[in-house]
Amino acid sequence: MSDGARLAVDIGGTFTDVVLEHGGGQDSVKLLTTPDAPDRAVLEGVGDILRRTGVSASDVTLVIHGTTLATNALIERKGALTALVTTDGFRDSIEIAYEHRFEQYDLYMERPLPLVARDWRFSVPERIAADGSVLLDLDEGVLRALAGDLDKAGVEAVAICFLHSYMNPDHEQRAGAILAEALPNVAVTLSAEVCPEIREYDRMSTACANAYVQPMMAGYLKRLQDGLRTGGLGCPLLLMMSSGGVTTVETAVRLPIRLVESGPAGGAILARDIAGKNDLDKILSFDMGGTTAKITLIDDFVPHIARSFEVARTHRFLKGSGLPLRIPVIDMVEIGAGGGSIAGVDAMQRISVGPESAGSVPGPACYGNDGTLPTVTDADTVLGRIDPTRFAGGKVTLEPERASAAIEHEVADVLNADTNIAAAGVSEIVDEHMANAARVHAIENGKDMIGRSLIAFGGAAPLHAARLADKLGIDTVIVPQGAGVGSAIGFLRAQISYEVVRTRYLDLREFDPDTVNEIYAGMRAEAEAVVRLGAPDEPLVETRGAFMRYRGQGHEIMVPIPVRAFHPDDSNALAGWFAEAYGKLFSRTIPNLGVEVLTWTLSLATDRPAVETASSSQARYRPEPDGQRRLFDPANGAWLEAGVYARLDLRPGAEIPEPAVIVEDETSTLVTNGFAATINGQGQIVMTRKAVSA
Amino acid sequence: MNNSGMEQIRFQVMWDRLLAVVEEQAQTLMRTAFSTSSREAGDISAGVFDLKGQMLAQAVTGTPGHINSMARAVVHFLDVFPADVMKDGDIYITNDPWKGTGHLHDFTVVTPTFRNGAMVALFACTSHVVDIGGVGMSPDGRQVYHEGLNVPIMPLAVAGEMNEWLLNLVRANVREPVQVEGDIYALAACNDTGARRLFAMMDEYDLDDLDALGTHIIEQSRTAITAAINALPQGSWRHSMRIDGFEEPIDLVAELTISNGIIHVDYDGSSGTSDFGINCPMCYTEAYTAFGAKCVVAPDIPNNAGTLDAITVSAPDHTIVNAPHPCAVVARSTIGHMLPDVIFGCLHQALPDRVPAEGTSNLWNVKLGAGHGITKRTEGEATAFMLMSFHSGGAGARPKLDGLSATPYPSGVRNVPVEITEAITPIVVWRKELRMDSGGAGTQRGGLGQTMEITSREDAPFGIFASFERVLFPARGRDGADAGAKGRLRLGSGEEMRNKGFQTIPAGERLIIEMPGGGGFGDPKARDPDAVAGDVRLGFVSNEAAARDYGVVIQDDGQVDRVKTAAKRP
Repeated sequence: MSDGARLAVDIGGTFTDVVLEHGGGQDSVKLLTTPDAPDRAVLEGVGDILRRTGVSASDVTLVIHGTTLATNALIERKGALTALVTTDGFRDSIEIAYEHRFEQYDLYMERPLPLVARDWRFSVPERIAADGSVLLDLDEGVLRALAGDLDKAGVEAVAICFLHSYMNPDHEQRAGAILAEALPNVAVTLSAEVCPEIREYDRMSTACANAYVQPMMAGYLKRLQDGLRTGGLGCPLLLMMSSGGVTTVETAVRLPIRLVESGPAGGAILARDIAGKNDLDKILSFDMGGTTAKITLIDDFVPHIARSFEVARTHRFLKGSGLPLRIPVIDMVEIGAGGGSIAGVDAMQRISVGPESAGSVPGPACYGNDGTLPTVTDADTVLGRIDPTRFAGGKVTLEPERASAAIEHEVADVLNADTNIAAAGVSEIVDEHMANAARVHAIENGKDMIGRSLIAFGGAAPLHAARLADKLGIDTVIVPQGAGVGSAIGFLRAQISYEVVRTRYLDLREFDPDTVNEIYAGMRAEAEAVVRLGAPDEPLVETRGAFMRYRGQGHEIMVPIPVRAFHPDDSNALAGWFAEAYGKLFSRTIPNLGVEVLTWTLSLATDRPAVETASSSQARYRPEPDGQRRLFDPANGAWLEAGVYARLDLRPGAEIPEPAVIVEDETSTLVTNGFAATINGQGQIVMTRKAVSA
Repeated sequence: MNNSGMEQIRFQVMWDRLLAVVEEQAQTLMRTAFSTSSREAGDISAGVFDLKGQMLAQAVTGTPGHINSMARAVVHFLDVFPADVMKDGDIYITNDPWKGTGHLHDFTVVTPTFRNGAMVALFACTSHVVDIGGVGMSPDGRQVYHEGLNVPIMPLAVAGEMNEWLLNLVRANVREPVQVEGDIYALAACNDTGARRLFAMMDEYDLDDLDALGTHIIEQSRTAITAAINALPQGSWRHSMRIDGFEEPIDLVAELTISNGIIHVDYDGSSGTSDFGINCPMCYTEAYTAFGAKCVVAPDIPNNAGTLDAITVSAPDHTIVNAPHPCAVVARSTIGHMLPDVIFGCLHQALPDRVPAEGTSNLWNVKLGAGHGITKRTEGEATAFMLMSFHSGGAGARPKLDGLSATPYPSGVRNVPVEITEAITPIVVWRKELRMDSGGAGTQRGGLGQTMEITSREDAPFGIFASFERVLFPARGRDGADAGAKGRLRLGSGEEMRNKGFQTIPAGERLIIEMPGGGGFGDPKARDPDAVAGDVRLGFVSNEAAARDYGVVIQDDGQVDRVKTAAKRP
């Protein structure tokens, strides 16, 4: 497959990126997203890049596509008219949610409204018990009558979620069949299929979200597929999932909810790929754009997969202010810190940054639109880190005096401080926020920063990467090429994979190998059916895990378990694997306490492409700077002369004297005094911390 | 060049870091906890203190009950074990309700941390354990002695050696010895996590002590909260609220005074102590008083020694809000959770359109059990179990917003999913739905309560440890609005049950719990008729209540009948 040309397409909220990989090289094009018909920009970009490179459509062997369309539909509430059918007595579970206030001190807090309003939520008599037995039969008569009502009301999608369906999906399947027969043009989502996991609110929320985006995504994907075929691209189209794997159009149409956050997942896959090429087994992937920063920890070239995610956070990116989705997703922490994050001063005379963002309209003050509030980009401009004439490839001319005025008025004057100091403060505080988020994320996953390298991409990351590395004690920073279309490049490095999760409660005292073997056989079959659609003959790699806890605890931890048949005496082995994972996370285990399994996971993927370590020694040389800039150095409050280098002109082996700014179209890399910068054999910028002389 | 500017930013960065340190400390504790109160409700706290016992940073967790109370607890520890006798490897512990956080279930653990041979800080944390012996989580005890084991301030470890005799004693006195011991270890371990992070920061910034940083944090916070209080109208306001109580109704009476940068609340006039376990020690009264006032006055200022003395509290001895030893205190939240409503009643007079109406406020936790000594033996096999499930009625309407339905305030708990409850007990929940017409009518409607219907899957009785409020006296509305619906507890066959104390649900019976609604805000007849029509469409308000309470007549098509509505409204 790797011999032919391959296309990657990433639809974001603002831009649609198309990357073509062919003949060992790479070309890309960036277009404005066309929200009314997103496939239009895609087809235009694809046509454009094929024309430009002279690659024929028939030479393209694969198209990989990721999109934020599902995410945006959820954020903007522009999905289908969706009904929820649930167990009698539980139609409000989706609204009652966790009975929780996510903001302790805010008297005016509002919870996000459910995707399905109460008058579109219906219940039917039926009941399954926690052990899967039937307490009350499904009343099919009530269901048939309901189908008639839904038809008349013009419902476009239906989610069915019955209690304990993860244990016994019979009632959901029967109800799904009845509704599908009565409403042939309506998409039906079964909760046991989308998310066969315990906890009714999370499962219901995931099922509703899937139903809500399903008709729109199905229509879009079909149009795109037809459009590509018409354009001569008869090759397979695969979709990027939030888990970092790719899947077929058929699966994406059935479970479109698994496509949310595919863009950030692509970024993490790119970071993993660069880690592989540089043989770095512990990295921190740092993606900082206009509104948010995303941080992912990747060990041994495998991103950690979480099984839940919160989409469409409505309040300061706070946990709890969004809709929970239980889907496999690359575990990352996202905080409201980007180039557009707005700075100010709070009641305690502290500089605050974000999470509110100036966005692209009005944008940072220095854009010269109507923005008057200072942002991180304004601070970077004041500090001399951004060349006003070369921002975004020269498409936007920045006005540094507006940046200064905004920082002065909103921060420096309030603090009675120098404008440069205030700008340095804004930068320092946003870096500290990101560092703290990274640390807390690490401790939640039993990881640390020791021996980690940082891989920075996204418009704002290369400007802040060196300081973030300082704060986290990281010694190596890599800025890849094409950082502006990083997600799309990442898509091309993804494996074809599928994750299956299943809740089956098991007290280890009652361990039965046949049950567990049967669960895994079923999961393997389900995963294989999906993966084989995209990878008919390739060798597959299976990984397994179990979510386990001490009896009495409320939180499970993920325990890796080997791929093999279980034997009658394996309950001790399971306890041992649990103790090992628990000890790693919390530095201790608790003797004499029973252990239980709640959920089993299986992931099936094509083999990871072999790591091709970058060619080593390059002829070293010292490039001539393109010019000079003055950079403000917060450490001693003085201006430094820094060399400015055009990244396009730098060849492998270049050694760039610090301090320096390396400029490219979509971003600039700041090389601070603590780091030595070189260009490696792959054209990446590598910053290495200089040894501190005693 | 302004070097002090850079110094200020350095202080801020370190302050942010300290807040991250205690957040990590708290996360570690929550994820390793056993009791549902700790892990689901976040009934824990974590903080870092200077050598004088001044709190520098505290994690924001699910419970306001540890605000100020934990800050004062560390001072009690230092009274018994002064800093100069503490050694590296020592750890101290107590669950004394009057020196810790108000009941025996909360253990507080304090760890002095040493760097380069010198003590640099104290880390403290609190967690609610699964069991502490005694009568359990029920307010039926008459004295604190009935409520379980009391551990006075003493060493948990000396020079790195755990106090095995103490752990032995704890294990022998509680129903879940392994889990309780696990929780105590978790407390000690999370303080170590905090210490490691603190050392990393001190290394990075080349600090030998926290003196200058501590002074900065405390002064900035004190200045900010003083300014916030001085910006309020100055004066005194009085308010009272009657609640159900256990053996008789209780009056909570407060006089709130704003002057000279301080908010003082005096509870003179409040009822005397109860014979049951709903009494509230002063430390817990202080916590919820400070929380209620801070939500209105200074929600964004972190809690530390600089904010501790900005909100002060007094109450006569032997009142329900200042109950002395040996009063029973296990359900001290019965009183504590109500105090913000009383504070709001005072503040509403000073600051109209800022505070919400009264809410359910007390949690409607469903505590069920069966087994030896709880329910009578039955023929056949009945499973023994204990269940603690967090649930809430409606919150009060806000000046510009409806009240939140089935949402706690002031507590910050999360519920336990029905599927989890059913997976670990023989319980079946047949209904858990919002309760129509339970929100108090107003220009802004009170939050709705919810109804739960519960049976056992087995042919066996089960018991309920009831501790419910707003059954006799509802959450009142403000400025002409109606009260929320009262709560109710009954059997499916019709028999009413008491709101407090242990009762048995006979085999084959259904327990029906109807949780109260929040009070409304403003005249119901001034509510936007279309908002009323929306509530009717969603089933939050019945057609009858729309006409009766709001004066809004809804047509068959769900739209407002403008003519008839105009005739019904002033």
